[in-house]
Amino acid sequence: MMLQASPMADPLLKVENLVVEYIVSGKTVHAVSDVSLDIARGETLGLVGESGCGKSTLGRAVLQLRRAQSGKVLFDGNDLTAMGGDPLRKMRQRVQLIFQDPIASLNPRRRIGDIVAEPLVIAGIKDPEKRQKMVSDVLTAVGLDPALVMGRLPHEFSGGQCQRICIARALVLNPDFIICDEPVSALDVSIRAQILNLLEEMKARYGLTLLFIAHDLAVVKAVSDRVAVMYLGRLCEVAPSEQLFARPAHPYTALLIEAIPVPDPDMRPAEAVSVGEPPSPIAPPSGCRFRTRCPRADARCAAEVPELRAVAPRQYAACHHPLI
Amino acid sequence: MNKALLSVEDVVVDLPTPRGNLRAVDRVNLALGPGQTLGVVGESGCGKTMLSRAILQLLPKKAKLSGRVMFDGQDLASLDPEALRKLRGRSLAVVFQDPMTSLNPVLTIGTQLMETLQEHLELDVSAARKRSVELLAAVGIPAPEQRLMQYPHQLSGGMRQRVAIAIALSCEPKLLIADEPTTALDVTIQAQILDLLAREQRRRHMAMILITHDLGVVAGRTDEVAVMYAGRVVERAPTPALFKKMRMPYTEALLAAIPKLDAAPHTVLPAISGRPPDPTRPIKGCSFSPRCRYAVARCHGEKPELTEAETPAHQFACFHPIETPVAVPS
Repeated sequence: MMLQASPMADPLLKVENLVVEYIVSGKTVHAVSDVSLDIARGETLGLVGESGCGKSTLGRAVLQLRRAQSGKVLFDGNDLTAMGGDPLRKMRQRVQLIFQDPIASLNPRRRIGDIVAEPLVIAGIKDPEKRQKMVSDVLTAVGLDPALVMGRLPHEFSGGQCQRICIARALVLNPDFIICDEPVSALDVSIRAQILNLLEEMKARYGLTLLFIAHDLAVVKAVSDRVAVMYLGRLCEVAPSEQLFARPAHPYTALLIEAIPVPDPDMRPAEAVSVGEPPSPIAPPSGCRFRTRCPRADARCAAEVPELRAVAPRQYAACHHPLI
Repeated sequence: MNKALLSVEDVVVDLPTPRGNLRAVDRVNLALGPGQTLGVVGESGCGKTMLSRAILQLLPKKAKLSGRVMFDGQDLASLDPEALRKLRGRSLAVVFQDPMTSLNPVLTIGTQLMETLQEHLELDVSAARKRSVELLAAVGIPAPEQRLMQYPHQLSGGMRQRVAIAIALSCEPKLLIADEPTTALDVTIQAQILDLLAREQRRRHMAMILITHDLGVVAGRTDEVAVMYAGRVVERAPTPALFKKMRMPYTEALLAAIPKLDAAPHTVLPAISGRPPDPTRPIKGCSFSPRCRYAVARCHGEKPELTEAETPAHQFACFHPIETPVAVPS
């Protein structure tokens, strides 16, 4: 089966039929099941879904931090799943990762200057002065004063500043692609906006391509060109952001959009927009995995796995009864 | 409000820290009538949780509380620990952010629910059991009889929060304090839990304080909102009035910083520059002045008091309140 979520001439990243499963106390968790997607050069693809839907696992499988059972991850034409050792390490210098908890992802005993310089050391840049210069440049770029920051320890910084440091560390090797895994979920509203703006600024400055993983649809919409919606290990829908929000095709996308709290007292939230909780990825429902929560589900949804297919130009949904 | 269920009068909470005194709550006044909902909004460290703990009389040992908390006609500070314990859980209940830490991991759901019922309502085992099943069903837990035998780790985050709510509701409290009840949950589950709280509140005519950092959460679900910054209430108004015409620049900035669904992708967000002040180093003027785009010399030298706007119910602490109505995003 060949799923083409978005046929693209020369994508930077191409994920093909990726399957990631792992064993928890003797049971198989179907974390990522047959996911295919492309990300174009310079694009930001948002990846949304609830906790446990496999979005972080997908991000890690792209970097080969978790090896896939089957499928391919083509980065700039190279199949990362077939690589190992030094070639993979070299390739990874072009792909970086930013995590949700900025404080926990910095070593508390090391100075900021050393933390940000570490990727350079690993990449084999031996000249300390050159390293110093690169670290200092990247810290300035993320809005920190290198003279004040480099000698200090992570605990001396707030969550927002720690996330700036993590972004600097991800940028220091001048990568092509950054996977942002819930980069702002641990931050306060006012700081969140600063970091989102910074990511946009850095994307333009360093010519980055981003995979932006988050559970907050409004945040994802703010930064993404296209959005992929994931549910229990499968993609439900992929579409350009505005199109997805204006006319969702998959009932799950519609449910997610309805559930967003809107800061307007005249918009009294509609009651009972949602039906239950996601089932366990250990025993996902047959057919369409969303059918147990779906108002449109019928016998066909239980029997047959819906494939991702075009429902509108550039919009793809995996549903037997799409909303459009 | 003529007959308040809860009134918080000039409450100050001081916490001694190695870096000096930390004023977590600074002269807060609030009142809440029976059946009403108050939203308390602010960023981490603004004092909203300390305020709720001051109301519950559950402050850390070293904390110093001054001012008065009147609940249901009683001054809570005057009650002995035993009387307070009877009050909490019975007429004053609380739901915390993280249901995993508020539930006891080594006791079954049933034991924890029945314990509260037997203690406060003096029900016998079979009556408590029956009531527990009813409560679990009321908060939307499927197969409640079987759940009684399960432990917290066997439930999902949303289910655990439902259990915590069932325990909080079990003795028909007059006031429920919900401290970031949905922050740890997914957005679809958040909507379900907020709906559940609203439904049970209406049914029981219970007052509620909903503490959150998300203005979107309070918008459709509260009667009144108090916005906190650096330990103080900086704006307080009936919810519709607040969203129609906010006067305090901090409230405006907080709302503007939320990504809007109707904005085009890659729109630059109006972020609030800088970060909240260090609470151990009080600022002479308005605490928001270092980050405020309207601040003038007076704001840096003098602290604005909470004053009334056109309507007595709408109060704000600002020398240069916003005059033009803010466009509410739709």
